Amino acid sequence: MDTIFALASAHGRAGVAVLRISGPHSHWAAGQLCALPPVRQAGLRVLRHGGETLDQGLVLAFSAPNSFTGEDAVELHLHGSIAVVAKVSEVLAQMEGLRLADAGEFTRRAMDNGHLDLTQVEGLADLIDAESESQRKQALQVLSGAIAEKVAPWRADLLRAAALIEATIDFADEDVPIDVAPEVLGLLCRVKEDLVAEQARTGAATAIREGFEVAIVGAPNVGKSTLLNALAQREAAITSDIAGTTRDVIEVRMHIAGLLVTLLDTAGLRDSDDVVESIGIARAKQRAEASDLRIFLLQQPGEAFDVASRPDDILRYAKSDVSTVAMPSVSGKTGAGVEDLLAEIASKLAPKTSSAGVFSRQRHLLALTTAEIALGKAINTLPRASVMPEVIATEIRVALNALEGILGHIGVEDLLGEIFSSFCIGK
Amino acid sequence: MKQFDVIVVGGGHAGAEAAAAAARMGSRTALVTLRCDAIGVMSCNPAIGGLGKGHLVREIDAFDGIMGEAADRAGIQFRLLNRRKGPAVQGPRTQADRKLYRQAIQALLAEYESLTILQAEVASLIIGSHRVGGIVLADGSHIKADAVIITAGTFLNGVIHVGDQQRAGGRVGDAPSILLAQQLADLDLQRGRLKTGTPPRLDGRTINWSVLDSQPGDDTPTMFSFLNSAPFVPQISCGITQTNARTHDIVRHNLGRSAMYGGHISGVGPRYCPSIEDKVVRFADKDHHQIFLEPEGLDDPTVYPNGISTSLPADVQHQYVRSILGLESVVITQPGYAIEYDYFDPRGLDPALQVKAMSGLFFAGQINGTTGYEEAAAQGLVAGLNAALLATGRPLVTLSRSESYIGVMIDDLTTHGVTEPYRMFTSRAEYRLALRADNADQRLTETAIALGCVSEKRTNSYSTKAGLLSAAQSLLSQTAFSPRELQAAGVEVSADGARRSAYDVLAFEGVTPEHAARLVPDFASFDQAIQLQTACDALYVQYIQRQDRDIQRLRADEALAIPAGFDYSGIPGLSNELTQKLKRVLPVNIFQASKIEGMTPAALLLLISHVRRPSRRLMA
Ligand SMILES: Cc1cc2nc3c(=O)[nH]c(=O)nc-3n(C[C@H](O)[C@H](O)[C@H](O)COP(=O)(O)OP(=O)(O)OC[C@H]3O[C@@H](n4cnc5c(N)ncnc54)[C@H](O)[C@@H]3O)c2cc1C
Repeated sequence: MDTIFALASAHGRAGVAVLRISGPHSHWAAGQLCALPPVRQAGLRVLRHGGETLDQGLVLAFSAPNSFTGEDAVELHLHGSIAVVAKVSEVLAQMEGLRLADAGEFTRRAMDNGHLDLTQVEGLADLIDAESESQRKQALQVLSGAIAEKVAPWRADLLRAAALIEATIDFADEDVPIDVAPEVLGLLCRVKEDLVAEQARTGAATAIREGFEVAIVGAPNVGKSTLLNALAQREAAITSDIAGTTRDVIEVRMHIAGLLVTLLDTAGLRDSDDVVESIGIARAKQRAEASDLRIFLLQQPGEAFDVASRPDDILRYAKSDVSTVAMPSVSGKTGAGVEDLLAEIASKLAPKTSSAGVFSRQRHLLALTTAEIALGKAINTLPRASVMPEVIATEIRVALNALEGILGHIGVEDLLGEIFSSFCIGK
Repeated sequence: MKQFDVIVVGGGHAGAEAAAAAARMGSRTALVTLRCDAIGVMSCNPAIGGLGKGHLVREIDAFDGIMGEAADRAGIQFRLLNRRKGPAVQGPRTQADRKLYRQAIQALLAEYESLTILQAEVASLIIGSHRVGGIVLADGSHIKADAVIITAGTFLNGVIHVGDQQRAGGRVGDAPSILLAQQLADLDLQRGRLKTGTPPRLDGRTINWSVLDSQPGDDTPTMFSFLNSAPFVPQISCGITQTNARTHDIVRHNLGRSAMYGGHISGVGPRYCPSIEDKVVRFADKDHHQIFLEPEGLDDPTVYPNGISTSLPADVQHQYVRSILGLESVVITQPGYAIEYDYFDPRGLDPALQVKAMSGLFFAGQINGTTGYEEAAAQGLVAGLNAALLATGRPLVTLSRSESYIGVMIDDLTTHGVTEPYRMFTSRAEYRLALRADNADQRLTETAIALGCVSEKRTNSYSTKAGLLSAAQSLLSQTAFSPRELQAAGVEVSADGARRSAYDVLAFEGVTPEHAARLVPDFASFDQAIQLQTACDALYVQYIQRQDRDIQRLRADEALAIPAGFDYSGIPGLSNELTQKLKRVLPVNIFQASKIEGMTPAALLLLISHVRRPSRRLMA
């Protein structure tokens, strides 16, 4: 196994640069540069090579398996100079058995050594990519094992339920509890309810990860694109006085109060004979229906659109610079009311984030749904447990596999272990 | 010097089945065992089959093996376990008359003309470079062969414990096998120590049967062999009694004198076969445990008390047994004992049960860390078939988890190894609904015929049956009925307008072949066995289809072979620990690799990409 090293902090000038070395030769390699401090204790050291002083910095050694990668590892906290980092890297690269790490190689080693599960690797990737504060929090949660933590009690309950059922099958002749159905029912229902609740929360979790969609909806030429540009503080949409300028949906990503938001500028809603515009209008309605929050830009009170309204819709009267029809109003041109509007968007999105779960990916949702459906079938079959236990067991297994699939594997040994620890089996 | 194609060492259940399989394949086969008259001896309980185990016996029978036939001939109390549950979890079982069983096995083996039986101790193997060439007997004579199957059971360095007394032994009345154990230990194979135990045997004439409940066999006995339909000998009942607080007190007070609790045994015993000591200690809150009193034979007074295996000293056994209802003045004819023995880590075997590091050498049975007659025989079958294939230069055969319990067992053994004696359970089979005892022949007999190990009689009987089953199924699938027509025939179905065939509705609960015959009158012309089998086949169709996708994925992984000699150290990014595990397990395909403990999706992807790489390096 090679020993690998790489800059673990961002490239370029910075206060501190962290060089990470991981693998069997890491202690030896760092030991060539300085006297290693005791494991897990930072030591201030002068790094020297071939009589030349390279830098002075903090040195931290970890020994396997108690490091990020699970291998022996050393961190060199150097002065964040491009030249220093380049020089130390060059010296390390020349050492026997050391090489520069490939992209993601530290993480892969951590996963191979069982230090991270699949979801944590996803969390790490998200953390590194995080743009907004809420994304960062979410990714950190996942990285710290929040998903495994969620799945663990479900898995335990389902294993117990499966073991109860399996015991009535494989040890039919022996002293096992005869009517396991009530306990199994309790376990399955509990997990199923959790799964239903958790699915409802994946929408918000996905929105945090991928951004909330906020659509601006209104009649043609009411100033939607101007408002979009004002909110985004840049010229994202082409504006003109000609009604119907925006024909497709324009998306702008921005941050509002720590949340990643995708603002949607949509085609003005009106009846149109123009084929291209009609398609744009249909798409606008569709996106408005699907978005997390809508801002309706109105010309007059009572104006209605062919889009079902929701309680949290935001209403604004348009172009307050030219006509003050009613309050509250906003003008993209002068910026009047823009701050207000941003504040309202933030206050309407905030409650959506508080309910967010940790399952944010499509594959998570799919697994939750698969498991829930299977548990539903198992629960329906439970009254017939004494004659069809194998069918119930199959459904529980489908659910377990789906949930386990989020993290890793399930083995039959886990199941037998549960059986044997609970009952006196055997003649 | 004598010369054979295949030599089988050991005449236990693995050895007998291995020798029969190799001989059926046409190989000149020798079975060498310590005592010819002990071939087919049941070391422990006088019963064949059960849950999971019954599946194995049916699968052996599907390959025209001998265990099912012998059990039918010797069966004195047939019971289909889980009879009231679905067919996927029903397991045929029988009490077997010990003497009749032994005689049946010996008679069946005698029918094979290409099989020679020799009584001798095998002292060592003739070994060439990474190849086995034959055996050396204790008297120094050499016998050559292309393939050797070792089925030495509990005999390798066997030590018998009764209380704090120990002596060397392969089982009561037999010497252990030390010379062979020594040589096998010198091969580069991982060795471990396991233990198992057996209860005292009782004199049935001293049991007060009149105060005990009894358990009869089934009214319509279910046979093991697909070729048999009724028992050969008269049927008996078993007695039922139980331990009580006094029994538990006696055991508890003497725990220090038990071989296991007194610290005399280091081997690991099976969790599912706890001794009475285990039961009293681990399940202290239970005030009684059930005991089945199983007669060992029609003209044998010996009774096997199922449920109280022990390694307590003989005087304590005497005391606690006499504390039990009905056994107040019982006489023990042979005390219970525990036995410790060597096994070899089955991860050193490929899925054909051939030792990876030694071409031509096969291991089968308890030597691989399993327990039970059926588990042993099933491995014997696979080793016997493959030894014969190897001797004739044909490609070896392996069974998949998706087609048989045998495949499940061998895959479990060769990928995970064992931490306790391995026994079959239906819950080990993830495709349990498809792998039923009732359809073992449909799953396997065609493969067996293609291999050439099936007699003409069975080939004919199977093809007739298969033809009838497919005719019955297509007859029932032909016509679709409206909900009203179905309701008129007594089938409970919602009026959802969907049309369903009689085959479809056989999957509904409560729908029987009679309902099907009401819908499709011609179905009644099939005999009852075919009708019932058609109903079993129809029952889980929906689930089995759902599993098919998984099975295809499994088969694809199984098909992605990792070439022998693949160099794992050449893969950057693969952790040290996993590399070591891979080097030890030497998985033969990606499926096996995927199940190595600690294997991650990322590591697996890495491995797949390297296995597929044309320029991969092989170890020198
Ligand atoms: C005390 C005891 C308790 C058991 N309890 C249970 C139980 O509770 N449940 C259960 O399922 N199973 C139990 N078993 C296990 C069951 O008996 C075995 O699993 C099964 O018989 C193994 O079959 P086998 O063919 O592998 O080995 P065996 O039946 O042990 O046969 C080994 C054969 O190898 C021969 N042999 C050995 N060495 C040599 C040599 N050097 N040369 C020539 N021949 C040799 C012997 O003569 C013998 O014929 C018990 C076994 C024992 C001994």
